Amino acid sequence: MLISSDQIEQLHRRFKQLSGDQPTIRKENFNNVPDLDLNPIRSKIIRAFFDNRNLRKGPSGVADEINFEDFLTIMSYFRPIDITMDEEQVQLCRKEKLRFLFHMYDSDSDGRITLEEYRNVVEELLSGNPHIEKESARSIADGAMMEAASVCVGQMEPDQVYEGITFDDFLKIWQGIDIETKMHVRFLNVEAMALCH
Amino acid sequence: MGFQVFVAFGPWNLLLLLVALECSEASSDLNESTNSTTRHEPNVQFAAASSEPDENIPVFVLDYDYVQIPYEVTLWILLASLAKIGFHLYRRLPGLMPESCLLIIVGALVGAIIFGTDHKSPPVMDSSIYFLYLLPPIVLESGYFMPTRPFFENIGSILWWAGLGALINAFGIGLSLYLICQIKAFGLSDVNLLQNLLFGSLISAVDPVAVLAVFEEARVNEPLYMMIFGEALLNDGISVVLYNILIAFTKMHKFEDIEPVDILAGCARFVIVGVGGVFFGIIFGFISAFITRFTQNISAIEPLIVFMFSYLSYLVAETLYLSGILAITACAVTMKKYVEENVSQTSYTTIKYFMKMLSSVSETLIFIFMGVSTVGKNHEWNWAFICFTLVFCQVWRAISVFALFYVSNQFRTSPFSIKDQCIIFYSGVRGAGSFSLAFLLPLSLFPRKKMFVTATLVVIYFTVFIQGITIGPLVRYLDVKKTNKKESINEELHIRLMDHLKAGIEDVCGQWSHYQVRDKFKKFDHRYLRKILIRKNLPKSSIVSLYKKLEMKQAIEMVETGILSSTAFSVPQLAQRIQGTKRLSPEDVESMRDLLTHNMYQVRQRTLSYNKYNLKPQTSEKQAKEILIRRQNTLRESMRKGHSLPWGEPAGAKNIRYLSFPYGHPQPASRHRRVAEFTDNDSSDSELPSIMFKEHSQRDLPQERYPTQEIIPMKSLYRGRKPTNFRYQRNTSQEEHVGQGRRAALRPKPLFRAVDEEYESGEESAEEASAIGPGWPPEHRPSREHHKSHSPLLRRK
Repeated sequence: MLISSDQIEQLHRRFKQLSGDQPTIRKENFNNVPDLDLNPIRSKIIRAFFDNRNLRKGPSGVADEINFEDFLTIMSYFRPIDITMDEEQVQLCRKEKLRFLFHMYDSDSDGRITLEEYRNVVEELLSGNPHIEKESARSIADGAMMEAASVCVGQMEPDQVYEGITFDDFLKIWQGIDIETKMHVRFLNVEAMALCH
Repeated sequence: MGFQVFVAFGPWNLLLLLVALECSEASSDLNESTNSTTRHEPNVQFAAASSEPDENIPVFVLDYDYVQIPYEVTLWILLASLAKIGFHLYRRLPGLMPESCLLIIVGALVGAIIFGTDHKSPPVMDSSIYFLYLLPPIVLESGYFMPTRPFFENIGSILWWAGLGALINAFGIGLSLYLICQIKAFGLSDVNLLQNLLFGSLISAVDPVAVLAVFEEARVNEPLYMMIFGEALLNDGISVVLYNILIAFTKMHKFEDIEPVDILAGCARFVIVGVGGVFFGIIFGFISAFITRFTQNISAIEPLIVFMFSYLSYLVAETLYLSGILAITACAVTMKKYVEENVSQTSYTTIKYFMKMLSSVSETLIFIFMGVSTVGKNHEWNWAFICFTLVFCQVWRAISVFALFYVSNQFRTSPFSIKDQCIIFYSGVRGAGSFSLAFLLPLSLFPRKKMFVTATLVVIYFTVFIQGITIGPLVRYLDVKKTNKKESINEELHIRLMDHLKAGIEDVCGQWSHYQVRDKFKKFDHRYLRKILIRKNLPKSSIVSLYKKLEMKQAIEMVETGILSSTAFSVPQLAQRIQGTKRLSPEDVESMRDLLTHNMYQVRQRTLSYNKYNLKPQTSEKQAKEILIRRQNTLRESMRKGHSLPWGEPAGAKNIRYLSFPYGHPQPASRHRRVAEFTDNDSSDSELPSIMFKEHSQRDLPQERYPTQEIIPMKSLYRGRKPTNFRYQRNTSQEEHVGQGRRAALRPKPLFRAVDEEYESGEESAEEASAIGPGWPPEHRPSREHHKSHSPLLRRK
């Protein structure tokens, strides 16, 4: 995925700022971003940067450090969809973005979002608020899982067991929501965009 | 279309018309006869007694002069209300044409009657009455019901579009008309530039709220809706500011004396007026929010405070020659968030309805005036002026829409398509605002006022009727992108996650974005503002208010479904208990929490459906029927299905049962007691609820119904009944059915609305978490207890 050269410049500067002029960034470097501390899902976001699946380095695992190229790879997930792209490319882009999200939920890389992982996500999301107890978060997650099951699997047999949300199920859930417009960062919005992989 | 409207009037409307006719005839007769009598002798004697001198005490007198003004005003308002009732009785009509059409027709009718009977209409409308009494309620109502989150998300585009759009339109139309006036053939050469500009400013005041109802029918997407709403909100303010500035210019000099310095001063004034107005509005909003913090013991005056402070903000701003409209709008927006949390449920309802009522009355009066002015002799029809006005209105609106959106699309993450822009262009419906400003033009400065009024009326009629009626089909034809507001938990969660993700990534990249601004504002709000402006013991008192709201709903529904509760809800009692006594039973705590868990979202619904003339109707009856249907269904289902659970359980810790309700203050003793109650039920029965959940989750019907279903019958079940009654068996007794129905209807979905706004929902789920209170139907309790008996959860406590 290509980004324009101005933006690469800009990102490179930012990369150097974060890494302290080192060629690679480690997780600790993200502590230099003060506003990120207040973000409830910061650990997931940081982890996403190092996730091998996002970096296209492997099916699972977490890298220790990333270089600038990896940094750009992650950033490219947040590029806006170009209006000139045709339908197929738009679908591909969409899938890529959703895959990124999926990896955020699926922390153990088993290809499914299990109830526990989902609960974890919800707890983190609501962790910013001191008034909510863990049980509330838990019940929310349970309910969401239930709903996902109904959306994805439909009528379930009495003996059927729903293991977790697979990527296809995840796509189904997201069907109505337009991720293309939601998941992009403003500054990357420039004409000379190339296609998603 | 018009015929249908008339048909829909109904018999009593005709009756009222006849009555009105009678009255006006009678009054016109009286007017002639009383014209000769002096003011100090209001009594009019009938012919029979009139020959006598004044020594006789009149047996029967008719004094119409005394009551004329209020009487006629009341009659008009009633007539308009009856017409509205007729309008809404015919279901398809509100979606087809805006309600302003109806009001205009009624106004024209009244005007025709008054004209026909040669009656002197009471001088109700003049400048001060309009600006002081009729305008504020309308503006207050639109500010108060504005959906804040979408508004602030789109605020850049809205300000850009509304502000610049109004200016471009005003000056464009004014200048073009001036050029037309220069053409000698049209006989308009005495209309100078300033007058044209003034006319331009008042004719560019759009009132697209009228079309919002049509939009709702078509379910257009949220940003488009917000643009129109935002424009409606700000447009009035901007037009009035412009109007006043230009009037000041007109009064001040003749055209030739105006220097560039004056123009600059005018521009500066424009900005100051706008910003100053908003500033005052915000201050008053905070003051009133602060005061409502202390009104818990005297909740009857809460609506009064809200209204008086809003009105005060308007008046203060007007005193300083700032924009009162923008002030009152800002006040309403600021105040709403905090006031809603502070005031009691009844005050909240009162405020909503009263606001609607006031604005309805104002608008009706203005439209009636419009109708009265239409049918009359004081018109001046100038073909050229009127036709060109119409043409230029459309042309300049198109120019401003396409130009401004072209620019703002560059900066938006979700640009507006050409279709959207066409719809925005076409929704430029004028309304009462333009008419009022035209009507109030001072005749001394505007010798050709009648022409302006006529032209304004023509534009209004044209846009309201033709554009208003055709915009619905146009929206459908263009297939504008619809909103996909599926109310699902997952969606809510994901969107929330996305917000944070975006904010996080933007932080990492070191870029500023409006998400961060919003985040920062929320933190500031949370840390400081809420502490000052909202009553103490926030979680608890919000529970109380939430409790009250839900209680009210429950009470209504229970009565409707015929299940009466033996226990009364006593709110004061609850309040006392919540204030910290430890005498609450744990079951109450849990039941309350469960209830709140499942009902919270209904209370916190996002009001995207804004309808100026209506509040969202209560759907309690539909819900009650739903319950009955569901009960039968679940009964059938439960007879057929098997037992096992939907969730696979790899490890013991992962509790599959989704019913892991939050529960707070542990009271093991009672819990065990309850467990004991249930363990003697058949295991098969215990499985039923979860299966029923499954069944019901397939039939995914609008979630709004669920919470109330959940609430209802368990209450009666719970209170003071013996354990055996909780058996989930196929009994024919009412309660059991109810019980099963209840459980079947249990859904987790309601929780999700709670996740709506992070902090706010946080508060509410917190409330549920720490909820304590008696008398709450523990509708989930029995099932939960069931699960507890099988689950490791119980052991944890």
